[in-house]
Amino acid sequence: MDILHYTEAHHDFRKRLRAFMDREVVPHIDQWEADQGVSREVWRKMGRAGFLCPTLPTAYGGLGGDFRFSVIGIEEISRTNHGGLGAPLHSDIVVPYIMSYGNDVQKQTYLPGCAAGDIVTAVAMTEPGAGSDLSSMTTTAEEDRGQLVINGVKTFISNGILCDLAIVAAKDPHETNPHQAISLYLIEDGTPGFQKGRPLDKMGLHSQDTAELFFSNCRIPAENRLGEKGMGFLMLMDKLQQERLVTAVMGISVAEVMLEWTMRHCKKTTTSAGRPLSRSQAVQFALVEMATEVNLGRTFVDKLVVEHVAGNNVIVETSMAKYWCTELGKRVADRCLDLVGDYGGLEQCPLVRGFRDVRVMSIFAGTNEIMKGIAAKFMGL
Amino acid sequence: MVDLNRSQKQIQKAANDFAKGEFDKDQALAMENANEFPDAIWKKAADLGFIGVHFPEAYSGGGMGILDACLISEAFCRKDSSIGTALALSASGAECLVRFGDAATQAAFLPPIAEGRLRCGYGFFESGCRSDLSGVQTVAVKNENQWIINGSKSHVLNGGDDSVYLILCRTDPDAPPEKGLSLFVVEGDREGIAVREAGRKLGANMVATADLTFTDVIIPAANLLGKEGRGLAQAEAFFEEAGILIAAQCVGTAAGAFDRALAYVKEREQFNRKLAVFEITRQKIAEMAMKVEQARLMTYEAARRCDAGQGLEKFGTMARITAARAAVEVADEAIQLFGGYGYMKESEVERFYRDAKVADLTLGGTIHLKNKIAAGVIGKLK
Amino acid sequence: MDILTYTEAHHRFRDRLREFCETEIMPHVDQWENDHIVPRKIWQKMGHGGFLCPTLPAAYGGIEGDFIHCLIVTEELSRTMQTGLAAGLHSDVVVPYIESFGSDEQKRKYLPGCVSGDCITAVAMTEPGAGSDVAGMQTTAVEDGDAVVLNGSKTFISNGVICDLVVLAAKDPAVENKHQAVSLYVVEAGTPGFEKGTQLEKMGWHSQDTAELFFTNCRIPKHNRLGEKGAGFFMLMGKLQQERLVCCMGGVVAAERILEYTTAHCRRTTAGGKPLSKSQAVQFALVEMATEAKLGRTFMEKLIAEHMAGENIIVETSMAKYWATDLANRMANRALDIVGEDGARESCLLTRALRDARVMSIFAGTNEIMKGIAAKFMGL
Repeated sequence: MDILHYTEAHHDFRKRLRAFMDREVVPHIDQWEADQGVSREVWRKMGRAGFLCPTLPTAYGGLGGDFRFSVIGIEEISRTNHGGLGAPLHSDIVVPYIMSYGNDVQKQTYLPGCAAGDIVTAVAMTEPGAGSDLSSMTTTAEEDRGQLVINGVKTFISNGILCDLAIVAAKDPHETNPHQAISLYLIEDGTPGFQKGRPLDKMGLHSQDTAELFFSNCRIPAENRLGEKGMGFLMLMDKLQQERLVTAVMGISVAEVMLEWTMRHCKKTTTSAGRPLSRSQAVQFALVEMATEVNLGRTFVDKLVVEHVAGNNVIVETSMAKYWCTELGKRVADRCLDLVGDYGGLEQCPLVRGFRDVRVMSIFAGTNEIMKGIAAKFMGL
Repeated sequence: MVDLNRSQKQIQKAANDFAKGEFDKDQALAMENANEFPDAIWKKAADLGFIGVHFPEAYSGGGMGILDACLISEAFCRKDSSIGTALALSASGAECLVRFGDAATQAAFLPPIAEGRLRCGYGFFESGCRSDLSGVQTVAVKNENQWIINGSKSHVLNGGDDSVYLILCRTDPDAPPEKGLSLFVVEGDREGIAVREAGRKLGANMVATADLTFTDVIIPAANLLGKEGRGLAQAEAFFEEAGILIAAQCVGTAAGAFDRALAYVKEREQFNRKLAVFEITRQKIAEMAMKVEQARLMTYEAARRCDAGQGLEKFGTMARITAARAAVEVADEAIQLFGGYGYMKESEVERFYRDAKVADLTLGGTIHLKNKIAAGVIGKLK
Repeated sequence: MDILTYTEAHHRFRDRLREFCETEIMPHVDQWENDHIVPRKIWQKMGHGGFLCPTLPAAYGGIEGDFIHCLIVTEELSRTMQTGLAAGLHSDVVVPYIESFGSDEQKRKYLPGCVSGDCITAVAMTEPGAGSDVAGMQTTAVEDGDAVVLNGSKTFISNGVICDLVVLAAKDPAVENKHQAVSLYVVEAGTPGFEKGTQLEKMGWHSQDTAELFFTNCRIPKHNRLGEKGAGFFMLMGKLQQERLVCCMGGVVAAERILEYTTAHCRRTTAGGKPLSKSQAVQFALVEMATEAKLGRTFMEKLIAEHMAGENIIVETSMAKYWATDLANRMANRALDIVGEDGARESCLLTRALRDARVMSIFAGTNEIMKGIAAKFMGL
């Protein structure tokens, strides 16, 4: 039973995207991992081929597709076993802010570039002192002679080096209610006072150019505010359902990819006695248990995708899915390595990169503890 | 690693021999079904010095340590989790008397407990505050040479006339809990105590659990244990020790379930092969063996530290959680290895599992105990 | 989004059944648990209400429902916290053998009684020496003229004492190939040589009259064989997908009941003036439990939809059986951790829930057997 009811257009999109990945992404991954970032060129190629921002209206260069196209995008990137090309972040998390809250001018200015791959976006919420707790944000935006002056530091910003446009959350220091103090601003790369740090050295996601962003008396035009003043917190909250769902899809997709690889490995690798690893009962049970959990997670996520596309409020369930699927990704990575043994300690084993990359998923997009807190709250506990 | 000395090895062997000779499987099944305390076995065990081995020799005890008491509990529970639990818990709370009682109090209560004439239970928890002792509502009011107790306590073991209770009461309603609570010893046959039996439980059914209500219960001033206002600290110190003793029961329960599972997989054939031949059985057996050993290591080390007078720093509570988890998981896996037979009362392992789970819920349960460990580890925040 | 398509008829069926459970079952459950059996009358009342064998054709008295009706029965009965009235076993596991493999005559003879509750069924596969290993079966069926002579014993048979009709697996000792030796027979209670043992003493399922069955030179007419001779093994295999799905349903709904009960308990129980549900540790535990319950529910509903569409989901149902029954176990354990010593008293339903849940990972093929099957069909 196909819960998602994919259409021909979806299948075709996936087929073309997979071919694109094989041709334009897979051959370069090792280089990108060493470079701590992907090439700008691949963003442009992706955009030109119509794989960025598939849900944007055709007027802006998008496909006018639904969220299922985004799901396909995430899944196909996951299959390449690397996490550097932050297209899902761009297409399904950052650009939707502009699409939903931007005015016509902002949309016309930026969206076509976003879809074409000429404008790479990032979203800057997290700060050195404000991780899970958004209300303790200290970056400020003050009005001054018809302009806005931004001051503060953001960290752990994905696409941080490459980004041409950052959506920055900052607060009005004069507003005492922390929930009404935050607004979102569009800040272009190159604006004086906006500086990017070096790529952060991380456990994994080596090809992802995660960086710190610095704003020192960075002046931007007043019209660069996204949406109403003081609505930042609510805008962020509103977009979190999709952000969590995106992360859940990443978690489950990564788990699938690793399990698939490990299953193949166990079938073709023989022990010294000449017996395939997969004939060991302990290995079989481990693979079955992982496959079972992957099936459970996949079914749950598929259903949530349908609900999300239908516009239902599934805040509790997406919080659950985010935590469970990312934990699953970690668990599967860990158990797969156990099955592979010593070879799994070598960089040449693809599981190694997956193991490193998946570790951050239970932390980003709201830690899994935050997820459980949100679910508890909306369950009325 | 804790090295057992000669005397400890002898105790261990004596306890194993006693359990082997006196515990009967069919009798245990019947007693458990009937919620019956193993009275005769208890008296015999007391005669042989297995009860109160950690009490002073002057009061019919063995003059030994908690580790010795642990070895006995482990051996008993390993042979039969329900009988072992009942014997071990017959003196539940008596450690308060050993630690905090003066000579007269010890002389009055410890000998009958050690000699199998009196059972003991502690009443700290209440339905209103559950395991959060700072919320204790039962009050004791001083009246000349007496205390008058009013209130109620939940989950008290061994309720009845031939028992003695350790009851935590509020003695100063205005003081903070760490100064306002005191610990009393209350004879079960005092007037004004109503015992409401909890009835059948998930496990540990050879020991009765009851809720007690105290209505103007009068006890002599001498029944105050230690100093007035020290009750909370006394209770906390007791919990560490009690945690070790429960951990020892759990080590025995885990080991007993493991023994049975091990024997079964070496015997039972399916698909024309012994169960023990299947790789997944071997994985399970390895996992179970590890859990038993982990639990034992922590429990013995906690007992050793306790006997050496070292600070436990919640190590007793840690041992309690670890060993109870091990007992639940090992007994659970034992049921699984037994298949359908594991679910039948005749197999015993289902009873080990139920007894283990009840042990896992004692002293306030795992969530509460983890909070206590955290409080100890984290300390006061600036 | 509903994965399963419920109709008005389904909703009405559920409403009627829920009321039935509240008036006819709930008040008696404690008694049944003490008696280690349920009264025959309740089976007849269930039948009368149309709640037995809901998928059978009207010709046999059935209401011609679909597998969703079976789910509804499982869900509603789970609220009664008893296992003695094993309607799911009867309607969804045993009777389908007769419906699928019985001759017209057998169907006409037995199915109306199965629907009305006058003929309570049991299935006898497991033997003292052959639990998970069906091929290791020892019970024999030897043809002797127009009769078949049965010898052997079966154990862990649910409805063992109350049953009127047993679907029995037995093998022809003359056939070498163990997979072709097994046939299924219907044996009526009261047949000379067929004796029922007393109820087995179990950890849980106290209202369920699980028993041993003994066959000693028990002669039954040859036409009591179900289907072809020697096809028993394949008939059993063919029905296992549904049996496992039924077990998965049992696990998921048990988990949901436990969660419901625990959540309500945590809301109304206070510690230090604060509801338990305000403790972060309790909240996280409840959220984690709820998440797993939802995962199980979603997967189960998808499998039901696929099963109804006639798809082969042998791998997934094996997975679902093991995971959902483990879930029920895990859930009962965690619920008790939250509720604490209060929960360990028989007066608290969680104690019964834990005792009852424990067997689910063992029956209908242990969870280890499930993983083995999944591994096999995954080509490992």
